Amino acid sequence: MGDEKVKILAIETSCDETAAAVVENGRQVLSNVISSQIELHKLYGGVVPEIASRKHIEKIDQVIRQALEEADTTLGEIDAVGVTYGPGLVGALLVGVAEAKAISYARGLPLVGVHHIEGHVSANYIEHPQLEPPFLCLIVSGGHTNLVVVEDYGEFRILGTTRDDAAGEAFDKVARAIGLRYPGGPQIDRLAKEGDPHAIAFPKAKIEGAPYDFSFSGVKSSVLNYLNQHKMQGLEVPKADLAASFQQSVIQVLVEHTMRAAEDLHMEHVAIAGGVAANSSLREAMETACESEGIRFYHPSPIYCTDNAAMIGVAAYHAYKKGVRHGWDLNAVPNLRLGERL
Amino acid sequence: MKILALDSSGLVASVAVLEDGDMLAEYTVNYKKTHSQTLLPMLDAVVQMIQLRLDTVDAIAVSSGPGSFTGLRIGSATAKGLGLALDRPLISVPTTQVLAYGLYGASGVVCPIMDARRDQVYTGFYRFTDGRMEVLHDQMAADIRQVIRMLDEMGQPVIFSGDGVPVYRGVIEEHMRVPVCFAPPHVDRQRAGAVAALAMEYLREGRTQTAGEHKPEYLRVSQAERERQARLEKEAGMR
Repeated sequence: MGDEKVKILAIETSCDETAAAVVENGRQVLSNVISSQIELHKLYGGVVPEIASRKHIEKIDQVIRQALEEADTTLGEIDAVGVTYGPGLVGALLVGVAEAKAISYARGLPLVGVHHIEGHVSANYIEHPQLEPPFLCLIVSGGHTNLVVVEDYGEFRILGTTRDDAAGEAFDKVARAIGLRYPGGPQIDRLAKEGDPHAIAFPKAKIEGAPYDFSFSGVKSSVLNYLNQHKMQGLEVPKADLAASFQQSVIQVLVEHTMRAAEDLHMEHVAIAGGVAANSSLREAMETACESEGIRFYHPSPIYCTDNAAMIGVAAYHAYKKGVRHGWDLNAVPNLRLGERL
Repeated sequence: MKILALDSSGLVASVAVLEDGDMLAEYTVNYKKTHSQTLLPMLDAVVQMIQLRLDTVDAIAVSSGPGSFTGLRIGSATAKGLGLALDRPLISVPTTQVLAYGLYGASGVVCPIMDARRDQVYTGFYRFTDGRMEVLHDQMAADIRQVIRMLDEMGQPVIFSGDGVPVYRGVIEEHMRVPVCFAPPHVDRQRAGAVAALAMEYLREGRTQTAGEHKPEYLRVSQAERERQARLEKEAGMR
């Protein structure tokens, strides 16, 4: 690689965070600016795509300027522009993609489109300089649940995925059912600390013939049934116990499948990524399980778990080094699959 | 003064470069392909064709809406990115003004109508007096029948343009009492040339924005906001 420094301006607008960052050599985050819209979407109990897109266009220039200022740099010193082009909300993605294309076009900079989930996985490189592929990575967020082998930078073998709800989606739906506000994940995590994880037995779905796949609609339904029964009988719901028991059953499945894959494939390094990777109980459970098997466990800090542009800058750097360049016709791809390049 | 202008507010994608009184280039495509894929390659084609150095551009003009929400944002984000990267001001030109300016010098009332679905159009009323475009009614989202009534009350001949014409031409011809006519195809849709020409007027008047300030004019709140507002009003009524 030599001593050559590569500075990437990264832009991320796939959901409800308008984010920009400057990342050097794929490891050093010079700035990481995130303008969150959560408060706005709380009014609607979830992300409203049109509102998200409108906020992105209002904020994006300010966020990019701030990212450049905080990195103490200018566009003149930037080597490439990285941008999330999928998966995500199409209207939201389009704002970042159009902005990134215009900036790179006007400045004559290479344009590198990044897969959002590849970004999440890459968040692990920021704080763990020693981490290099291959490793096993569990990706858990509001829209995704994947168990993958990261074979090289930007190259993935997908072992398992969810058959129905994403893990984070199940958290949000259960949170809503017990009257917690959006976003539900962090609230369940908090409430679960006050409850007994063994108080209520919820099912842990296993899928015949697909040991690494996930299913969370069963546990979600049984939580809803439990709530209904209590309501009909006029009983008070032990919310903390319910949150703890639900969370426990989801986490157990995530950990069991990950550990099984680590054993089957003799993986020595295991990482987690995505918004749910910020869940403290999941981290602890993974940490404990990995420790007992002598496996090194990695996880990003919470700020790099939830959507951010620094992780996009890291992923863009590795794609850039591999010669990935996108044209001025780059489009948003809302259903972009992991490992797929368009 | 050199202005780079963009319009992706409707089905048309259009890019133009105006230098003082000369329209150096205009590239307009009215074909079903997403603006995200077409707009920047079109700009690139124009830039190469006229050997334009982007740093010689004085301002970026964009058709700011109303129109397709997504289309507006693609145009806006492109304009903002160019403005930020080139450190140039933006000029927001209301889309119905862009349409009306295409009919420069027409007599009577110039009424662009853009299909806003749900029996509504985005429209504005304009008139050319002494070589200037006069705004008779600011752009708005309105029921087509209400638009017809308002125009009839003005009692002057009307020329219509815009993508609302194919949708509402029948209703207009059936119900309007004042004489009407419809713009020919070369001037009945958005054109970046008109954005640029109007933007030159704006620039002379100092009506510019920073890239950070600019945002599209939707003339409509989102469906979620509309529904929430209706629910809150209903709840307030019940109390």
